[in-house]
Amino acid sequence: MGNGLEMLPKPMLKNKTKMSNAATVWEVFIQSKNGLAHKHVGNVHAEDKEMALQNARDLYTRRNEGSCIWVVKSEHIVSSVPEDEESFFDPSNDKVYRHPTFYNLPDGAKHI
Amino acid sequence: MNDLEKYTLRIADSALILSHRLSEWCSRGPSLEEDIALSNISLDLLGQANSLLEYCSKINGQTTADGLAFKRNEREFYNFQICELENGHFGDTIIRQFLFDSYTSLFFKKLSDSEDETLSAIALKSIKEINYHLRHSSNWVVRLGDGTELSNEKIQKSLNNIWKYTGEFFEMDELDNKMLANKIGVDNKELKKDWDNITNETFQKAKLVRPNDGHMMTGSKKGIHTENLGKILSVMQYIPRAYPNAKW
Repeated sequence: MGNGLEMLPKPMLKNKTKMSNAATVWEVFIQSKNGLAHKHVGNVHAEDKEMALQNARDLYTRRNEGSCIWVVKSEHIVSSVPEDEESFFDPSNDKVYRHPTFYNLPDGAKHI
Repeated sequence: MNDLEKYTLRIADSALILSHRLSEWCSRGPSLEEDIALSNISLDLLGQANSLLEYCSKINGQTTADGLAFKRNEREFYNFQICELENGHFGDTIIRQFLFDSYTSLFFKKLSDSEDETLSAIALKSIKEINYHLRHSSNWVVRLGDGTELSNEKIQKSLNNIWKYTGEFFEMDELDNKMLANKIGVDNKELKKDWDNITNETFQKAKLVRPNDGHMMTGSKKGIHTENLGKILSVMQYIPRAYPNAKW
């Protein structure tokens, strides 16, 4: 006896390898309240879109977190790469006028 | 035991025993996601069982929900035999769950019209959960049935093996008739047509062949069970019986 896995019935072991190798990764976005933006919360494995949605519901909304879920195949997400960080983001560093810090806020204005 | 208590106990026991069976999947699911899904369903069923057992103990006045779950013997349990069957492989569990979910989705819908306010309220609350369970299990039936040749072969076999346990869903005994006449209970026979429709639709999508209604197992309304229930109880009741009144 080694890691205990041999105690499981054979079909389950086979399933296990198959699922973890073949299942697609989906990114999960949850909207906590109507009107707010969907926020990325993590990912799940699933074979198809219904399963992805259900898995996301089971994994990420156990404590009443959401009112709507989006799932997107990870392969459909286009991401910038770390090497691009400088050319993407540095140029905005010295453009302070892009920040709204040159206005005097009226006393009545809140949440800015 | 009065009629209402016994009627409620039957519904509670099916939820309780199936919940225990599903809990055995915890840490053994085919994937982390599915492990959590099965455990969630198990917990939902436990919640339903708890509400119903609480109600039984209130009617009874002599015992508690825990007392009912942990201090009764085999012959005093009235769950459908299908709920106590072994988990088998994942396909076996999914088929059992699908047949049960499709039945309870109809049963609780009817029960929500019960003139007994507590039963009606519990039914209403449970329907939301059951609809989700049914979605989960029926999707998996289609996924496995319409998957590969091997998965189709396996789940068709699961379906053929378990079919004889579905007859109990639609039985009416003296107590059922009495509760129906009092507008508290459900006409189980009447559910059959809708159940056939739901299951046929899924079987068709899943490319599964509906088994013929041959010999059907029966007995749970009288407390008669397969050999599995004794084994379940010996695990489920071990701690409360070995250490009576133990506290967390």
